Order: sequence, then C-alpha cells, then structure tokens
Amino acid sequence: MSARAGDDAPLAGREPLVDAHAHFYHAETGRADWAEVNEARLRAGDRIGVTYHVASILGTYGFSSPTYFPSPNDVSRGNDAMLAMAAADPDRLRMMVTVNPNYTDHALVEIDRCVARGAIGIKLLASRRADDALLDPIADVAANRGLPVLHHIWQHRRREWPSQEISDGADLARLARRHPRARFILAHIGGGGDYSHTFPAIADCPNILADLSGSGVDRGMLDAAVDMLGADRLLWGADLTMCTGLAKLRALSVLGLSADAIAGIRWRNAARLFAPGSFPRCQAASGATAGARA
Amino acid sequence: MIDVNALVGPYPFRHVPHPDPEVLVRVLDREGLEGAWVGHLPSAFYRDPTPGNADLLAMLRPFRDRLRPAPTIRPDWPGWDSSVAAAADAGAPAIRAYPPQWGLGPHDGSMRELALAAGERGMALLLTVRFEDLRQRHAMDAAGDLSAAAVRALARAGDAVRLVVTAASRDMIEEVHWGLTDAEQQRVFWDISWVWGPPEHHLAKLFRTIGPERFVFGTQWPLRLVQTPRATLDLLPDDVRPARLSPASAICAAGDGGTGTVSG
Repeated sequence: MSARAGDDAPLAGREPLVDAHAHFYHAETGRADWAEVNEARLRAGDRIGVTYHVASILGTYGFSSPTYFPSPNDVSRGNDAMLAMAAADPDRLRMMVTVNPNYTDHALVEIDRCVARGAIGIKLLASRRADDALLDPIADVAANRGLPVLHHIWQHRRREWPSQEISDGADLARLARRHPRARFILAHIGGGGDYSHTFPAIADCPNILADLSGSGVDRGMLDAAVDMLGADRLLWGADLTMCTGLAKLRALSVLGLSADAIAGIRWRNAARLFAPGSFPRCQAASGATAGARA
Repeated sequence: MIDVNALVGPYPFRHVPHPDPEVLVRVLDREGLEGAWVGHLPSAFYRDPTPGNADLLAMLRPFRDRLRPAPTIRPDWPGWDSSVAAAADAGAPAIRAYPPQWGLGPHDGSMRELALAAGERGMALLLTVRFEDLRQRHAMDAAGDLSAAAVRALARAGDAVRLVVTAASRDMIEEVHWGLTDAEQQRVFWDISWVWGPPEHHLAKLFRTIGPERFVFGTQWPLRLVQTPRATLDLLPDDVRPARLSPASAICAAGDGGTGTVSG
C-alpha cells in the first residue's frame, strides 16, 4: 500500500470524504500494471483527502469473461481479491460485493459470503436491465440486510450499446419502486449519457441516491443534481477518474451550498446510507475538525 | 496562465449556464488565470460563421485586456482569406475551425490552406476534437469527432502551421504524435482539458513519453468545469509534478501575452 500523505493538507481539505464509487484490479485482470493502478488510486486518494474508498472489483474486467457479464467464477475471484484488499487496509477500504443477477443462487451465496467478511453493500453491473425481475431476489436481500445497492447506469438509454445491458434512471426507478425498503445508488451521473434525463426520472424515488462520479464534468450538471434531487441525495465518488472527482469537489465549493450540504455530499449521506459504524474515521475526523474550528 | 480553450455563447444541444464573457472574467479571477483565448460557440454550428465573428468581437470588446478573440473561419466559404486577415487585424492569437461540423474530410485541401494562411500570419489554428461525450449527444449531433488523420494531415502541411488541438484524449494524442516527424510534432500543441489523471495517469504518461512542452492549459469553459485541468495537474505523480506546460506565448507569434505556470 502507498505511503500516507505527508503533513501537507489534502487538496480537498481535511473534512472527511467517502468515495462511494471506487474500483480496484487484481492479478487475473489481464493487465500487467494492475498493482500500480491500485497504488495510484490510493496515493491520489490520500492526496485528495479520501477517508474511505468504497470499492468493488468487477470480475476480471474482460480478461476471462466480459466486464459487465462476468462469469460466476470471475465474480468470486474478483470478490476474493477485494476481500483481501479490504482486510489488509481496513483504515481506508470498504467493500461492495459484486454479483451477476443472471446467476441468482451464486449471487445470493456470494452476498452472504462477502458480507460475513465485511462487505457493506452490493455492486450490480450491467448484466441485466435494472428493472428486470431477476434483480428482485437481490433487492430483497439488500432491503432485509440493510445493504445499499450500487447499480451501474447509463444516463438516458437511447439505444443499445455493445457489451452491456443498458439501464437508465427510469429503469432503476422501477426497481426502486418495487423495493421501497431497499436503498439504491445510481452510479456515476458523469459516467456517460444524458444526466438531465436521470434527475427527473428518479426525483420521486427517495430510496435512490446518485453518485457524482464519472469522467463527465459538464457545467450545470452538479447544479441540476442539487436542484432536482437535493444535496442530501448525492454522494461524492470518482470511479475511473479521480481528477474529475477533485474538480467536482472544488466546483461544489463555489455553488453556494451550505457547509452542511457539502459535508453531506462528502461523507454524511454515505454514513447515513450504509450500516452504522461503517466509517469510524469519518466520525473521528469530523469531531477533530469541528474542534479545530471552535 | 492562459486558458486557450474558452468559449462564449449558447450551445445548441443543451442548456449551458451563463456562457457570457463577464462571467468568464469572474471565473478567471477566481481560478487565478490571467486570460483566455475565446471562441464563439454558436459559430461552430453556423453554415457561415462570419456573422458570429462580429458577435464575438463585440462581446469581448469590454474585456479585451483579458479575453482575446479566436474567430471561426470556414475555409470552403467564399472570402475566407479576408476573414483570416480580419482575424489577424483584430489581434487574434488563433482562429478556430470545425471540419467535422462542416462536413470537411480529413484531407480537405481548404483546411490545409487555412492552416498555412493562419500560420503565415502568426496565428494558430485551433481544432476541437469533441464538445461532448459521445454517449450523451443529441440525435441531431451527428458530426462525429475530429479524426487523428485530420490532425496529422494539417501538421504535415508546412513549417508555418501551428495547431492547438483541444479536447483530445490520450489515444488520439499518441496516434497523432507518433505519426509525425520530429519537425511536424513541434507544430502541434494539445490542451489538457480531456486528458485523464489518476489512477490511470494518462497525462503523466504523456508527459513522460511526449514531453510536457507539447501541452497547454485549456478548460473548454463554459461546457466543462473549469476546475478539471488544474485538478489533473495537482494530482500528477511526484516524478512529473515539477513539469511545466508550454505557455500560450510559445504556440505562435500572435500568442504572446501569457505565462505557462503549471500546477498550483
């Protein structure tokens, strides 16, 4: 693991910060630089000031089965690697267990297995449309066990794209309405597609929060998200591009939001969404910074 | 530091908040930027961009100490050469052209003439690879991205050519750069507005292989968050963090007027 940042203040300040959408790689993902990329994420996280990375591994990322349609074996291999990473770095890492809903039995066993070892949520890819009935057993487990579901989303599905079952905000809203006790994270509003379709599509589904991650940094996107969903339904995240994550944090700081609203997006909304006690260093850091201000 | 890739005016395919020069100046102040090269966004979609240039000059006139015009010139339109002369007379450091939006192919002869004419007057030719992510485009936005082949063809046009290619990502930059001779590579500058930082560290890899001197600061304001390129610079790994982008003044003779301090 990378060294901690030095005495310099993190680029995004000392307030707690949870990356609700992070990914790591492992030795069976077919890229020689997998460990280097993992290290780069952690180093950049330290420099930005990320307190926790809530992370998943998506099978083998296409090496032995497709990224968005991972085989059961690849799902388990990825989860094994993520379990090991989270166990080795409990101060910084939290795990989402990845499952493929086409294999219901395997998915439910995998959720049991990984939650018993510390996973705090479920990651769904684009292996099935978000409103498909095969997601119901997973949503039931999520509701019963208090596990948020991070669902890969294409913001506004105008057509099919290769290598994934495209879901948009309207699809996820249908699932969320069927499972009002379950809580969902709509992935990466900046991750491709038209976010301006997403916000009204999920506005009346209070059990859906949206994460800000993705390489997309359109001006107006954050403003619209705050206006239509409210700051208390937004989670900061980076996904594949931490530079755009930092840019969005800086942009949030000039939107005119209250300090409470920004703290909510940075970490408090995540702390409310996930099981109590999931982010103890956030609570401690928040108390410390509050004390320093007093 | 100068933002070489700013625009004013509305965008046809989505609402863009207050794309106005007075707002741009406030943003430059807030972000610690000295000035910007500014294009007229609607002109990219006009059949004849000439009236848009008059609008641009009028919009920027109150802010001429900070905002320098980058007029749009369509080289297959009658009178394009007088537009080049007018741009030079207006003190433009660069002109803009949008071959995909105008249906001009990668080896279009008029684009080559435009690049040479601009270069001979000390101006850069500023090209835009994309305005938006492919996945969110309006159904009527069918122009497609600027191709690497188009950039290579222009870079090979002659010694006078200076190109600023904006909104390119790593793969295109590499495809162009390594498809040019050493001399041709020196004619091309890339803005960093769409290049990824960590964890993949595309910008750092490009700095190590191509060199930071081929890159300039650009934001693509008002379409994208102005904070993005600086965030990417701030997150460079230790070995390339001291690297410096090229100043705008290094691009071309008319580009003088800005320093190239890299990350904060």
